[in-house]
Amino acid sequence: MSHEQGGEIRLKGISASPGICIGKAYLVDREGVDVVKRYLVPKGRLNDEIKRFKAAVKKATDEVRAIIDRTPEDLREHALILETHLVLLKDKMLYNRTIDIIEKKRFNAEWALRTVVGNVKAMFAKMADPYLKARVADIEHVSDLILRNLVGANSIKIAEIDKRVILVAHDLSPSETSQIQLERIMGFVTDRGGKASHTGIIAQALEIPAVLGLDAATRIVKNDDIIIVDGSEGVLIVNPEEQTLLRYEERRIGYERFRAAITRDSHLPAETVDGFRLKVMGNIELPEEVVSVIDNGGEGIGLYRTEFQYLSRSDFPTEFELYDKYRDVVEVMAPLPVTIRTLDINGDKVVSYTSGAAPETNPALGLRAIRYCLKKPQVFKTQLRAILRASAHGNVRVMFPMIASLAEVVEAKRLLAQCAAALEKEGVPFNREIETGIMIEVPSAVVIADILAREVDFFSIGTNDLIQYTLAIDRGNREVAHLYSPLHPAILRMLHHLSKVATKTGVKLFMCGEMAGDPMNMPILLGLGLEELSVNPRSMPVVKSMIRSLSREEACGFFRKILEVTSSAEISRLIHDSYGGIVSQKFQVPVDGIDW
Amino acid sequence: MSRELLIVNELGLHARSAAKIAALAKNAAAGVWLIKGGQAADAASIIDLLSLACAKDTVITLKVDSPSDRAILDRIAALIENGFGE
Repeated sequence: MSHEQGGEIRLKGISASPGICIGKAYLVDREGVDVVKRYLVPKGRLNDEIKRFKAAVKKATDEVRAIIDRTPEDLREHALILETHLVLLKDKMLYNRTIDIIEKKRFNAEWALRTVVGNVKAMFAKMADPYLKARVADIEHVSDLILRNLVGANSIKIAEIDKRVILVAHDLSPSETSQIQLERIMGFVTDRGGKASHTGIIAQALEIPAVLGLDAATRIVKNDDIIIVDGSEGVLIVNPEEQTLLRYEERRIGYERFRAAITRDSHLPAETVDGFRLKVMGNIELPEEVVSVIDNGGEGIGLYRTEFQYLSRSDFPTEFELYDKYRDVVEVMAPLPVTIRTLDINGDKVVSYTSGAAPETNPALGLRAIRYCLKKPQVFKTQLRAILRASAHGNVRVMFPMIASLAEVVEAKRLLAQCAAALEKEGVPFNREIETGIMIEVPSAVVIADILAREVDFFSIGTNDLIQYTLAIDRGNREVAHLYSPLHPAILRMLHHLSKVATKTGVKLFMCGEMAGDPMNMPILLGLGLEELSVNPRSMPVVKSMIRSLSREEACGFFRKILEVTSSAEISRLIHDSYGGIVSQKFQVPVDGIDW
Repeated sequence: MSRELLIVNELGLHARSAAKIAALAKNAAAGVWLIKGGQAADAASIIDLLSLACAKDTVITLKVDSPSDRAILDRIAALIENGFGE
């Protein structure tokens, strides 16, 4: 995997977000709390050190208890795991042993706690039972709470990094990514994760270069090492030689110049040469991203992912907190539409305070998105009320994810109507005509699209999951990831079917998956007759630029031709042969030389 | 003073059930132990209890060091026999 040239080490990983950055490495350990200080406590101060530890545990106990008290009755099952955390905080193996080590070895409290937790973790790691193995997470969580109180204001957490660095981590959980002050981060490097992982998506959205899935980066890179992250090629170079540095500095400047050239015209509408106008909107996760959607000439938000506010916290957000954030986005975008997708929690983005539930063996097929929300109507209704209230401030659409059957749509709409009726009664303003739609990302929804169309105003095709579920491929699995293809004939036929249903029923057809962000797919998408595309803000300029160079009529003919082709490889070749010329001429680079 | 018991609940000795045992064992005057196949765990520690990895149908021995803790032995035994009320 790596080969050395002098002191320089080159590692190949997954290209998760393009671009090049050169800078100092900053290592984050698994818990997100930086490596703890280690020192020996003078004999005379040992009692104070123990007191300090006890105070930190006391504070952590109070914090957990406060969360339990705030948990509403119907969510008590989440609180049960917190009760366990309370007992764990004072567990002999954790509490008494740490005090023991402070006394006997004169370790400072942080170091003593780390030592004890390290031992416990090692003990659990040997267990065969997956349930028990997973309890390590509870122990880590509890020790983290104590540690945070111990380190207090002096902690160097990722939330407080104050210099421009390249983050190197084993893996970054969504809650950790949400703590990062992103303007401080030049690039991401992780041992785990792939292009569609949470870190990958965030990096793409914020146009930060990222190389993920490197396996051993955290073992090879040391704090403050100079590293080069080539997100376009998926390469990490540690301790580069001067020649390498110069070469990459040139490439970095070249890439940035290319981006600037493309972005210059992005405020122009995406209108084909024969006058067809396709709306290009932005996908966002954080309210802060709205700025880049507007900068890139976005005509609305086609997908506002709402999971973030449920992460990195120990309780569910309140209606007001949600409303406040939604309103920010809605007001800035008004009168352009903001499509708010209701909570889509899944395996990758699991909420920490529900970690008490037994882990699912197959989260992608498990209790996620609309299934989770319908099972937790209280959680769902809080969000629906917040969305409805935000609708008074601009143009809001509500969108339900992971719909697989009619009953789910009917039930979701019933709850929405219930919330609307309650708000009406309370005299709270909202838009009574709010548009309602669903994500089309489960193959069954494609097959029954004509039935679902009667219930909603729009369909938005979520290609990432639709492709994953249709082709039975986990993109995070390196063994099969190469089989993932938006150009598989099965996918194109599904899209064609949806387009026919849309024409027949009058339901509006949008696309918000990654497929919509690749300029090479534009002839197909134009041929499909989509009304709107929603893409990562950074893909907008290239997508719009590509659309402006195509003819709708030609694209329709091309799409009909493509439908006859029997393999993805053949389809891909046909697209390159017919449209590759436009791309290389337009962007003045060979097609294969750019990673969009 | 000891008693032999069978873990009957589906999930075995998991975090919440261990927390219940530990809560009772903490009030004991002397040591309370859960023994499985020669390995003894301090019943007042969830972590130690979990480290025994007791699945459903495991036979364990519950032992108190002091006869004065008989009431606690009885209560923990009842808890285990009732499958922790699950």
